[in-house]
Amino acid sequence: MSQLAAALLQGDRRALARAITVIETGGAERAEILKALHGRGGQAQVVGLTGAPGAGKSTLVSRLAGALRDAGERVGILAVDPSSPFTGGALLGDRVRMGTGEGLFIRSLASRGHAGGLSRATADAVRLLDAAGFSIILLETVGAGQGEVEIMRLAHTTVVVTVPGLGDDVQAFKAGIMEIGDIFVVNKSDLPGANIAARDLTMMLMLGPARDWSPPVLQTSALKGEGLDELIKAIRDHAAHLRGAGLWDRHAADLLRRRFEEAFAEVALRRLRATAEGSGAWQVAAEAVARGDLDPYAAAEQVLGQVAPASAEVPGG
Amino acid sequence: MRPIRVLVAKAGLDSHDRGAKVIARALRDAGMEVIYTGLHRTPEHVVAAAIQEDVDVVAISLLSGAHLTVVPKIIAGLRAEGADDVLMMLGGIVPDEDVGPLREAGVAAVFGPGTDTEEVVEFIRGHVRAGSPA
Repeated sequence: MSQLAAALLQGDRRALARAITVIETGGAERAEILKALHGRGGQAQVVGLTGAPGAGKSTLVSRLAGALRDAGERVGILAVDPSSPFTGGALLGDRVRMGTGEGLFIRSLASRGHAGGLSRATADAVRLLDAAGFSIILLETVGAGQGEVEIMRLAHTTVVVTVPGLGDDVQAFKAGIMEIGDIFVVNKSDLPGANIAARDLTMMLMLGPARDWSPPVLQTSALKGEGLDELIKAIRDHAAHLRGAGLWDRHAADLLRRRFEEAFAEVALRRLRATAEGSGAWQVAAEAVARGDLDPYAAAEQVLGQVAPASAEVPGG
Repeated sequence: MRPIRVLVAKAGLDSHDRGAKVIARALRDAGMEVIYTGLHRTPEHVVAAAIQEDVDVVAISLLSGAHLTVVPKIIAGLRAEGADDVLMMLGGIVPDEDVGPLREAGVAAVFGPGTDTEEVVEFIRGHVRAGSPA
């Protein structure tokens, strides 16, 4: 087993931090670490928090983490912030709101060009924290708009954080982020309009089809530390619901299946591209497309026809 | 190549973080991942953040005059955690006669007021093995 993986399993935090860097970077060492951790963990509840920029996610995560720690949980935090599309740089500021983070493990991840509110390595980073023995992993997305819904696939429990005054009741009915909450939180509940926002959300949920789990609508003031007990109770209730309904195991299986698909796509793309670049077919096609001589799909088919044997294609596919 | 990761920390009790923010912004624009801690961090907190974030560089901003007590504590903490390969930099108001002892303690560079941010970027690129993305 890789030394890093072994130390991580022993609870060594520096090894965990190093391992996250490795899985963010990719390559052979990443595969080695993930292989070594295969079958480890599976106990941590992954709680995703998403919502608009400025909704108070970082402050809420910080307060929630502190309260969970005081309740005896081992809490790890992954906080994703956007990378610059121009320079690749990032300013990761979630620690500003998280104070000293006594007894917590906090890691800031840059999105590195990945859309959807997370970074490409987030799923693997969650696996690392899980294997390292954290009982709850709080996952904070980039400030989300309406469509950043990737979090719901990764998290057991998705908390959608909103604030008063973000829009009328129609906003609450839109598709996307408002559909994915297992728990809804109206943060900054000390501001005017909190009751209205909570009412609009409750209405929206009542009009939807009945589900096994009815997402509660809670009000918190992260700054004042209000509403945290109710939020923790809802998070625990949701975990119990998942386990009771057999959904916990299904979540893990779905996640692994999707990781396989992603891993396959990544490896296949890398190999096929390397072959095509080696023969020069890639460059020729890319230039032809750039000149407007060939459309992108035809070019892709043409290059694939050269590097991947046609016999491997599904008949009629 | 992976981006260089830098922890920009305000240690000590002063609340002047304009310099820290200017540097954080400049490093971000140079393609680095900058983790900003916010104000009033203790040496223990800076060390924990540097370890958890697995940074290549720790840049401390300090204007309160406490550099001779705070900075060696941070360096000792990093060494105790086995993170002695982290590049340590200090920015702020540091009297000339303190620079020698700080360098001896393990500070790679001290940047005073009015430093060109480009100079800081180049210094980091020249001293960190990871290099920045092409």
